Amino acid sequence: MRVNGRGLNVADTQAGEQTEYHWPHRHLLSLEDLSAEDIRFLLTTALGFDGVSTRSIKKVPALRGRVVVNLFFEDSTRTRASFNLAASRLSADVLEMAGKGSSVSKGETLIDTARNIEAMGVDVIVCRHHHSGAAAHLARSVDCSVINAGDGQHEHPTQGLLDILTIAKRTGRTEGFDFSGLTVAIVGDIAHSRVARSNVYGLIKLGAKVILVGPPTLLPGAFADIGCELSNSLDEVLPRVDVVNMLRIQFERQTGQAFPSVREYSTRFGLNAQRLTRAKPDLLVMHPGPMNRGVEIDSAVADGPNSAILQQVANGLSVRMAALFLVSGAPA
Amino acid sequence: MRVLADGDRFSKLIDSLCSGIDDAIAFSGDSDKSGGGNTEENSGEGSGGGGWALVGVRSRGDVLAQRIADRLGAQRFGGRIGTLDITLYRDDLSEIGHQPVVRTTEIDFAIDGLNVVLIDDVLMTGRSIRAALQSLMDLGRPRRVWLGVLVDRGGRELPIAPDFVSLDLTEGATDELEPGAKVQVMVTPTDAKDAVVVFDEGERKGAKRG
Repeated sequence: MRVNGRGLNVADTQAGEQTEYHWPHRHLLSLEDLSAEDIRFLLTTALGFDGVSTRSIKKVPALRGRVVVNLFFEDSTRTRASFNLAASRLSADVLEMAGKGSSVSKGETLIDTARNIEAMGVDVIVCRHHHSGAAAHLARSVDCSVINAGDGQHEHPTQGLLDILTIAKRTGRTEGFDFSGLTVAIVGDIAHSRVARSNVYGLIKLGAKVILVGPPTLLPGAFADIGCELSNSLDEVLPRVDVVNMLRIQFERQTGQAFPSVREYSTRFGLNAQRLTRAKPDLLVMHPGPMNRGVEIDSAVADGPNSAILQQVANGLSVRMAALFLVSGAPA
Repeated sequence: MRVLADGDRFSKLIDSLCSGIDDAIAFSGDSDKSGGGNTEENSGEGSGGGGWALVGVRSRGDVLAQRIADRLGAQRFGGRIGTLDITLYRDDLSEIGHQPVVRTTEIDFAIDGLNVVLIDDVLMTGRSIRAALQSLMDLGRPRRVWLGVLVDRGGRELPIAPDFVSLDLTEGATDELEPGAKVQVMVTPTDAKDAVVVFDEGERKGAKRG
């Protein structure tokens, strides 16, 4: 009879013993806050949820009677739909709220809105907001759980987790989520990207090497301090990476002139079939969506055999089910 | 901790579970003797219909199911051996205060119309089996579900009865147990050895409720 303390490893959970590891976080705000152990546990839980999405009755009663609110102050299609479907598959009730067209546009503060929603007996608030730190601010002000679905330029933890899960599945690393020896390039508008931040923290904690690629204006030097390599040349980086994650140019967040023209950006940092010939044959190509086809990624690559883009979406569902399930059971 | 069965005795318990299941399959005349899982051929009208499948409930029943499959031959079940994780169907999720570890359910065959033998280690309250039944029904519509357990500890809180029991520790069948005692089955490779053990009340809360 084994009693595992905090030193859980995945092999122990596979062996079938009821481990003593308990998910400790009532909120999921960032991957910076999570330990490697937390990340591995959440991803292992997500693997357990994969089966729910492939069978005839795609529903389990785990969160029956719980209420999940989607509180989105920014446009979103797949993240919002993914959280809605994930909560539905866990048998939770889902309430959809938008910033636009709600009392927020009448001048109500974020906290007042959230407290009013909470007063309806809500268990989890899934929040997307254009200000960095909004989800953490919310988490301090309410009693229910908060999951960050993207806060400004800060983090988008479930996107980082689903990217990591996709990499683990495609490279055969789901047994212990050990990413040592793996090199991942994240290409594009690093400065404004919450997806990049979540990926960087998660990947480095699991042991991967991360190279950030982009024009100097969109590549904050601070990332070198947490162990990332920085580069301005995709052509130089491409042959030595196993995974490339192509970010969208966030036109809505550009303030100044970060690069001369979209065409020049595409020429230097776009992933097309010709550039792909420089890479390892089994290079994994990812994109968090929505894609600007012809800008950062060409259709031939996005729809080609190296692409894992649609798998990312499918994995997002399992990751969000795991996140909703785990925060719901964490101690208050 | 007291050991009720290990070594040869434990092996005999598995044998007894196997022979009970084997008899049931033989009596129904539905086994996949030809192998390959073409169940339609030898499941004519009136013979009960459907083939057989063996499904172990994590986290000890799956190991026991594999032992049974090894002894009877997986072909006895048309090669249909599966594993059920009932975590998401537990009725105490909102009470236990933390989320238990979710593992995968591995049933890669359609269970519709089959005789499914559920295998668990210890039957006590019946709540695990209730969860297992609901989980099974969400995967399809089996023709009949049978329940085989290594130990029936007694103490039912739901109207659930096993079809095959190796070791009956219910009140009346034995006086080996004190009222608050916990029965636990240990199986390799999950545990260090094969054994049925009893923890008397207050000794430790090692055994899970079954």
